[in-house]
Amino acid sequence: METKKIATRDGFGEAIVELGKENRDILVVDIDIGKSCKTGTFRKELPEQYLNVGIAEQNGAGVAAGLATCGKIPFVVTYAAFGSMRICEMIRQEICYPHLNVKIACSHGGVTPANDGASHQAIEDMGIMRTLPNMTVIMPADYYAAKALVKAAAAFDGPMYLRFTRDAIPVIYDENETFEIGKAKKLREGKDVALIANGDTVRLAIEAAGLLAEKGIEARVLDMHTIKPLDEQAVNACVDEIGRIITVEDHNILNGLGSAVAEVIAERGKGKLKRIGIQDQFGQSAPYERLLAMNGITVENIVAQAEALMK
Amino acid sequence: MDQKELTALKNKATELRIRVIDMIWKARSGHPGGSLSVADFMAACYFRYMNVRPEEPRWPDRDRFVLSKGHVCPAQYAALAMRGFFPMEVLDTLRKEGSPLQGHPSMTKCPGIDISTGSLGQGLACGVGMALAAKLDRKDYRVFCAVGDGECNEGEIWEACGTAHKYKLDNLVVFVDWNNLQLDGTCEEIMPPISLARKFEAFGFEVYECDGNDMEALCEVMDKALAAKNGLPKCIVGKTVKGKGVSYMENVCSWHGTAPNDEQHAQAIEELNALYIKEEA
Repeated sequence: METKKIATRDGFGEAIVELGKENRDILVVDIDIGKSCKTGTFRKELPEQYLNVGIAEQNGAGVAAGLATCGKIPFVVTYAAFGSMRICEMIRQEICYPHLNVKIACSHGGVTPANDGASHQAIEDMGIMRTLPNMTVIMPADYYAAKALVKAAAAFDGPMYLRFTRDAIPVIYDENETFEIGKAKKLREGKDVALIANGDTVRLAIEAAGLLAEKGIEARVLDMHTIKPLDEQAVNACVDEIGRIITVEDHNILNGLGSAVAEVIAERGKGKLKRIGIQDQFGQSAPYERLLAMNGITVENIVAQAEALMK
Repeated sequence: MDQKELTALKNKATELRIRVIDMIWKARSGHPGGSLSVADFMAACYFRYMNVRPEEPRWPDRDRFVLSKGHVCPAQYAALAMRGFFPMEVLDTLRKEGSPLQGHPSMTKCPGIDISTGSLGQGLACGVGMALAAKLDRKDYRVFCAVGDGECNEGEIWEACGTAHKYKLDNLVVFVDWNNLQLDGTCEEIMPPISLARKFEAFGFEVYECDGNDMEALCEVMDKALAAKNGLPKCIVGKTVKGKGVSYMENVCSWHGTAPNDEQHAQAIEELNALYIKEEA
């Protein structure tokens, strides 16, 4: 049976409409890429809660901060490359420092804007956002996770960075799945190796675990949708109960999920780790799966690295 | 405005200047030049125009003040203390460890600060967001925002202006503290402003020009700007003097971010005290 594939930006676009109808204080602050970030329905159905500040990201962040001081819950909607780097200092100064309830909701995370090339592929964003005090950083693994986590974000008081995919990715959850911010989801139990992934790479980890089982290696699979605050308890459990960990992410291996997990493991003082992710290099215009493959972000490589750790 | 109120306002501005000099002298660091140039606008806002409740600093319907040029916060701290937001003694803690009076304003630490600022160019966009929230909620509160002339080098200022115009924010008053000096030199030398008034006008603002250190002239244009409910955001380009009121600081670039020593402090206080106008009985 063919797996259903949906981009997580679509999950965001649908959830934000439902949220906006329930709560008039929820606003969308668009930066002239609303159509691409899936806020079209919100714009049409909730015009009084919809703002478009033009191609002016810095201003968008500041306007959102001002709105938040007056009790609004603005979602600044843009691409991950711009929402994390173009406006990094505005987010730091006007949103994180005053601890304002602004959500930066970004499509085009990782290499998912594949054909757009390196300028639009965000491989540094989660790491950058992770270093900002008061910030929460999330990447849902599929369409249903996106819907659920956007709803959780709206109910959460404080700055948050949410990252979605441009391209369609396989659906791994169903509509009844529940998520808790800062709490990893255990998708498979195993005693030999732990695969900790987030976003669009969770499905690769699941598939790899299936292949590993055929080889007699039992893999635990965690969806670490929130990389900050990191579920340290879940990581430590992997260290103590398994001791062999592989992280998988559509993000630079520097400062993202792999680094966050490495920090916990290093302080624990035991356990082996292999990080799979973007190899600290810019991408290019190419098919999404090819870009992942160029960086070893494949089911085959996860299996190979797991086998290597078992030796 | 009658003469009595004008005199009282001028004296508030003088008191504010004295407190600014005292604070920066005690802190041994801070930004006196711009704090003194913006002092009259600050006094006008807090003692004539702004509808605030010192006992309830986060009152939702209050008028907002955004100090986009956050480094001149001693002027706002003095105004807040004088309005009763916190005891006057707190002013002595400026820039000290644990103080609510940070080197640049923090809304989570200091009562009466409506948004944290300090990184130039960002405050106006926040003020636009506040004015927009008032419009969305159909409320009457207004937003007063002080920006520096040098700060207008920042592109985000002009992005924010576009949004203010688009959403017809006639509840927003921007005061440009045109003292013509920025950190490294004169505005002409560092980045020629051409015409700030014409720029704001081109960005859809209703623009007023006045002597920003002349309380009467300032209040005259402020009255007009606030009365005009015409869908246009307002900008007052106030010609000011950096270091206004202290002879050796006036128009001297190096007083941007330097604290006076004991001797200089004594002279400044003496000169400022002489500015008090005796109120009619």
